[in-house]
Amino acid sequence: MTAPGSRFPLAAASLPPVGLPGLDARFSRLVTAAESGGDSQTTRDWHILDNAAVLAEAGITPIGTILCVHGNPTWSYLWRRLVEKATEDALDGGSPWRVIAVDQLEMGFSERTGVSRPLARRVRDLGDLTDALGLDGPVVSFGHDWGGVVSLGWAVDHPDLLADVMLLNTAVHQPKGYPIPAPLRLTLRRSILRLATVTTPGFLETTLALAHPALSAAVKDAYRAPYRGASRRAGIGGFVADIPVDEQHESFAELARISEGVTRLQVPALMLWGPRDPIFSDRYLDDLADRLPHADIHRFEGSGHLVAEDVDYAANALAWLGEQDARAGAAAAGAAPADASGRDAGRQPLWHYLEEFRESTDTAIIDMAPGRGKQPLVVSWQRLSRRVEQIALGLQSVGVKHGDRVSLLVPPGADLTAVLYACVRIGAVVVVADAGLGLRGLTRAVRGAWPDHVIGAAPGLAAARALGWPGQKISTVAFPPAVARALGVKHTLASLIARAGSIQTLGEPAVLPEWPGADDIAAVLFTSGSTGPAKGVVYRHSQLEAVRDALAAQYGVGPGTGLVAGFAPFALLGPALGCRSVTPDMDVTSPKTLTADAVAAAVAAVDATVVFLSPAALANVVATSSSLDADAHRALAGVQTFLSAGAPVPEALLAAAGRLMPNAGAHTPYGMTEGLLLTDIDLTGIRELRVARQAREAQGLAAGAGGVCVGRPNATTRLRISALDENGHAVGEPSQAPDVTGEIIVSAPHIKSHYDRLWSTDRQAVRGTPAEAPASSERWHRTGDVGHLDAEGRLWVEGRMPHLITTGTGVVTPVGIEQSIETLAPIGRAAVVGIGPAGTQQLVVVVETQPAARRVSLADSALAASVREASVRQASGRPIAAVLVVPRLPTDIRHNSKIDRSALSRWAGGILAGQSRMRRP
Amino acid sequence: MKVLVTGASGMLGRAVATGVALAGNEVRTFQRGPSGLAVSGIEDIRGSLTDGAAVTHAVQGMDAIVHLAAKVSLAGEAAEFDAVNVGGTRDLLAAARAAGAARFVYVSSPSVAHAGVSIVGDDARVADPGHASGDYARTKAIAELLALAADAPGFAVVAVRPHLVWGPGDTQLIARIVDRARRGRLPLLGDGAALIDTTYVENAASAIVAALGRAPQVHGNAYVVTNGEPRPVADLLAGICAAAGVAPPTWRVPAGVARAAGSLIEAAWRLRPGTDEPPMTRFLAEQLSTAHWFDQRRTRADLQWQPAVSLDEGLARLAASYAHTD
Repeated sequence: MTAPGSRFPLAAASLPPVGLPGLDARFSRLVTAAESGGDSQTTRDWHILDNAAVLAEAGITPIGTILCVHGNPTWSYLWRRLVEKATEDALDGGSPWRVIAVDQLEMGFSERTGVSRPLARRVRDLGDLTDALGLDGPVVSFGHDWGGVVSLGWAVDHPDLLADVMLLNTAVHQPKGYPIPAPLRLTLRRSILRLATVTTPGFLETTLALAHPALSAAVKDAYRAPYRGASRRAGIGGFVADIPVDEQHESFAELARISEGVTRLQVPALMLWGPRDPIFSDRYLDDLADRLPHADIHRFEGSGHLVAEDVDYAANALAWLGEQDARAGAAAAGAAPADASGRDAGRQPLWHYLEEFRESTDTAIIDMAPGRGKQPLVVSWQRLSRRVEQIALGLQSVGVKHGDRVSLLVPPGADLTAVLYACVRIGAVVVVADAGLGLRGLTRAVRGAWPDHVIGAAPGLAAARALGWPGQKISTVAFPPAVARALGVKHTLASLIARAGSIQTLGEPAVLPEWPGADDIAAVLFTSGSTGPAKGVVYRHSQLEAVRDALAAQYGVGPGTGLVAGFAPFALLGPALGCRSVTPDMDVTSPKTLTADAVAAAVAAVDATVVFLSPAALANVVATSSSLDADAHRALAGVQTFLSAGAPVPEALLAAAGRLMPNAGAHTPYGMTEGLLLTDIDLTGIRELRVARQAREAQGLAAGAGGVCVGRPNATTRLRISALDENGHAVGEPSQAPDVTGEIIVSAPHIKSHYDRLWSTDRQAVRGTPAEAPASSERWHRTGDVGHLDAEGRLWVEGRMPHLITTGTGVVTPVGIEQSIETLAPIGRAAVVGIGPAGTQQLVVVVETQPAARRVSLADSALAASVREASVRQASGRPIAAVLVVPRLPTDIRHNSKIDRSALSRWAGGILAGQSRMRRP
Repeated sequence: MKVLVTGASGMLGRAVATGVALAGNEVRTFQRGPSGLAVSGIEDIRGSLTDGAAVTHAVQGMDAIVHLAAKVSLAGEAAEFDAVNVGGTRDLLAAARAAGAARFVYVSSPSVAHAGVSIVGDDARVADPGHASGDYARTKAIAELLALAADAPGFAVVAVRPHLVWGPGDTQLIARIVDRARRGRLPLLGDGAALIDTTYVENAASAIVAALGRAPQVHGNAYVVTNGEPRPVADLLAGICAAAGVAPPTWRVPAGVARAAGSLIEAAWRLRPGTDEPPMTRFLAEQLSTAHWFDQRRTRADLQWQPAVSLDEGLARLAASYAHTD
């Protein structure tokens, strides 16, 4: 077979033209390397970027070399920012890295050799070059696209030199059963390959169009510079022709050798990934993650194939290398954390009560609405234990194994509970994303987590099919065969249970695997997305066990207790707590559909003493309470504790709910997906604070920073504040000093382990905390919330970090001002936002009135004046530029209460610039 | 310090002359009509900026100049704007240097650097006569460039650009708004939501006095001065009308229509110039329908100045003045 580019035109290597944007000519040089393998003394000339001379001139000795290899059809220009930044850092006294970015032969400004260069040749070429350069120190390989494969080939062949592996979007293996990406399939058709890649610059132009945001014309021109004219583009066609589409291809064996070699690499690895890549999709990231399970990964949501252009990959790569140094130092000092394994003394796994109560006929869970018009479903411990065991065995029999990710698209209820415990029991990692994210958010979440299996009901599986979500599909319900085929469903819960049954009746030892270790990953829970793109939050078994323990200790929930779980994360913890739990009749995707009657019925069903509801659900329960009859009131009178969490609960709402449950302590804990149940305050505490505030105001004393008081930390939680600077950056040393406003930082045994495939976000989340130290066993989390501690150690939340308002005279937090405005009679809810450039923003108040306004307008003079008056004291005298009235403030779906002040700020900014119409936000 | 204040017969000029005198300086004023300030021990010289001899006479013995005099109008002959605002400033600069003055504060306008687009928290940009809207802004821009170009060792020039100065006794902005509102001829442009920052007259005056004091440290720069309290234009108009005891505007004109109408009326007025000014110019329509507010951090830090009178306090004083007059 003759590749279309095998008779390549010849051309000597040259230096790039000067003046390409961002490319410093000092780094460009030509290098001659002897070609290995041939019998003649062939040499090849390379153009490379190399900062060695600049470092040497400054008297700096590098600590190692980053060897960068571009893909097709880019050139070393792709790496210009890394060369630049590494050099700058070195000259500024940072860790000095030598950076070498090559133009592969036939590509960029390197020699056009006239012969085709399949993968194995290219890997040897790179080795020939590093031999010629005499590289002998530690080398970090860094590759993109097909350069990733070449650089990994080099890495596999140079174990003595290799220190770390870094990758941008690439792939080393075509997973079996999946076609290669459609755009490539098209280009590979023999008839159009040469036309698309060589004769025309089509392939080049298509690649350059993949940047997010688009590349500037000057940068595009720089990428085109070495490929002007068909004679200089032969290498582009050669590269595409060298993609091993099947086992007959000449490069297939080499690719297989490399992909297997990668699996054996032990060196630290980093992957910086752009998920919006039509070629190197998350499928390939998942394959690489399986080969390099220890790798740090960051997916830059919104960026794509040209991730090197889309985001600041250079700073991230260098920061990561710095961390590897520190980690290596700590490891040398013998500070490696010990691994905990399965059956530790005293460990109570999540399924503890499923084992302890496996013969009990007492009620474990009740599903009040298992399906339209059906009677409540009551499940005993015995039945639940058996069911969990059968599903676990069934899952195992269809290939679900320890460490596999299982996406659960099952609505809350008995099925979800059974599936969840079955998964965690066999060490599979459950991926839980809220339907409240919407289809787009959910798709992004599921693709990001890249599950191996999906277990769902009809709507979830239909969406999974339509949107091409990955993973083996397992249904909770039986479909007619044609539907099952259409949905790609191979198994159902019933068939799994039947498989388990047949295994058991055949007398084979139906054994579940050993317990997963306490340090093994148990779950990836997605955030609500109300504060940015939803992030996967990773919990280990020990951490979920700690969540359970915190809940049990704080609210006395355990064996014998009845729990109404009307709030997603806690609905699932009932069996782990050993209590009787009940899911009330409600549409979980819309918490405000929960009625008072439904709560009363759920309470009565399990003699509940503890009730857990979201604030949005609580509001509707109060609103529908007039229909409660005497029996319902009697049931509710038995409740001893009720909790509402997820967002701040106004005192009036808590009090109204308290009147429905007259014997219950009303609590509102503070937490987030990354750390549930961090602090607690009850209605009594909230009332005392209000009385104290009113007394202060009556005496004309300063109002203070204000905010929502969320109470004191629970027994195992530590709180710190990182003070804000004048630009609103939380730079302060974490501290417990009272009355200092800053970012809230938390530590507890029950906070998350890390974010999923968001290495850079993880670093941000521990910045400036004890957890930042290499090999630290401490876990801390920057919450992104802003607040302060008072002299009594209570925490006050004043807003979110992205919602800080930076005025010309300092930083303002929104919540205190909003609370002050919300005390005005005609106001429902209020949101305070900043508009204009950071550092000189103006304060704008957006309000809902009672009754609701019909349309958006400026507040009339009287309302504006009273809002200004109410605000100005809380805002430390800063003026309010405008007061806007809206029919309804936009809120998130999950909590129906969190206002996206960033979006509202953009909306208000447009109107107040005189540029947009008065449309609803 | 002996200080010449030009254009002291206007509301801002009087406030500046008074402020400079209260700061312990000897003040001389220079304008065509009487300043009305002679009673308070301020020397009053009368003359035109376009009269070279009068200008030379006015600057004799002065240590500093505060130059406010200008043809301030939304319509009129271009040549007259050039003669007064550009020629007058050029002559005054030359005469001041020749007379040995060491400080020169040029009172300018934010319109020298911004035209037609909304201003959302910008700091002062370089004056740009090429893009200025109307002859007033164009000639003020040229003159500001001339003034700052004259900045040299021993001759410290500062440009101060107060935005929409208003206060009791204002015959420009306030009187026109109130007059039109009274006749039911004041519309709101667009939604009336555009944020406009304004400057209460005493704040503008104290900023200019501060610039005079800080000229040796901050010379060569231009500073926008405002109250730092932008408000939607509808709120401002309502506040001013309330202070004057007239009904606020209740009818609206789409901003685009107003801008187009402004252009037409402006053109028609050029053909048939009268003594009155056109009821609406494109410039005014833009001013009243797009946001105009500024980053005041550099101004306040460099001039070591803060506005002393808040917007609401200013409106209260305006109301008091109307109550007094009525």
